[in-house]
Amino acid sequence: MKAVYTKPISLTETANSYCPGCGHGLVHRLVAEVIDELGVRERTIGIAPVGCAVFAYDYFNFDVTEAPHGRPPAVATAIKRCLPDRIVFTYQGDGDLASIGTNEIIHAANRGENITVIFINNAVYGMTGGQMAPTTLEGMKTTTTTKGRDVKVAGHPLRVSELLSSIEGAVYIERVTVIDPANVIKAKKAIKKAFQNQIDKKGFSFVEVLSPCPINWGLKPLDALKFIKEKMMEYFKLGVIKDSTNSKESK
Amino acid sequence: MNKGQKVNIEKEKCKSCGYCIHFCNKGNLSLSKAVNTRGYLYIEFNDKENKCNSCALCALMCPEAAIEVYKEEKK
Ligand SMILES: Cc1ncc(C[n+]2csc(CCOP(=O)(O)OP(=O)(O)O)c2C)c(N)n1
Ligand code: SF4
Repeated sequence: MKAVYTKPISLTETANSYCPGCGHGLVHRLVAEVIDELGVRERTIGIAPVGCAVFAYDYFNFDVTEAPHGRPPAVATAIKRCLPDRIVFTYQGDGDLASIGTNEIIHAANRGENITVIFINNAVYGMTGGQMAPTTLEGMKTTTTTKGRDVKVAGHPLRVSELLSSIEGAVYIERVTVIDPANVIKAKKAIKKAFQNQIDKKGFSFVEVLSPCPINWGLKPLDALKFIKEKMMEYFKLGVIKDSTNSKESK
Repeated sequence: MNKGQKVNIEKEKCKSCGYCIHFCNKGNLSLSKAVNTRGYLYIEFNDKENKCNSCALCALMCPEAAIEVYKEEKK
């Protein structure tokens, strides 16, 4: 028989530590498939965050290092500048990227670093037990907003992709999700483009993935997918938010 | 590894999230009665009526990369 789908080489055999139905595993798989397809596995370097994806170095079958909470863009900057022929990406949650690391991501984008950023928006701090994140929806219950997020106290959920889109140095920003096969295919396409841009030296590329965290949302995996469709996608609109790759000369 | 089936599930990696069961149009996937060594029920592939067309939607949705899909080669 002929293979239609087999596990990407860029994933190790290690079983991941994610909860059942977690989007992290799915997005890892897509990143690995893209790295395989682009044929850059042996020169790829990932930077893992602090968060549930902290052990990403065990799951990816290429070099991955680990940065302090929120600092992957700074580490990626250093690696890419020292080793410009490597394909460098950060993989970060919303606590990591949009809370403690907000400063880092804004300045990396503003410097137009030629890196790829995969941003997992699951609307909570997963690893530490489901506290409110900057991306937690209005009214959404978390362990630190037991009556639901009150925007008068905590502000409105941060739309990081839109925020970054005003920055000249950011060339490609897209928001995707992984709630069904059609969206998984779109998500993979966006991730591939974000890596291709780096290969073509186009500059800072950013893919935000609306990603299920069934355990901390208190939902069954399929209900978590529904929550993204009915609640998250209302506020965090999918699509290309910025694409100036065609107008940017490679540098 | 291809074991002669169209869909092979690595049962030790499965956490029974159920995405593959939900997205298989042919209803060929179901939860096991037994648990794997990590304590999860796992997915079993049963294609008694030979309805599987190797579309690989199950593999596409699997967060564990635990599913491999094969198709019969044209003779
Ligand atoms: C400097 C520092 N502050 C706080 C923490 C505690 N901490 C660990 S993970 C985490 C948030 C993780 O949330 P997110 O980035 O959304 O990733 P997820 O776990 O949801 O994938 C926090 C606050 C830490 N490890 N280091
Ligand atoms: S806590 Fe949430 S983000 Fe972390 S592994 Fe579980 S489902 Fe995934």
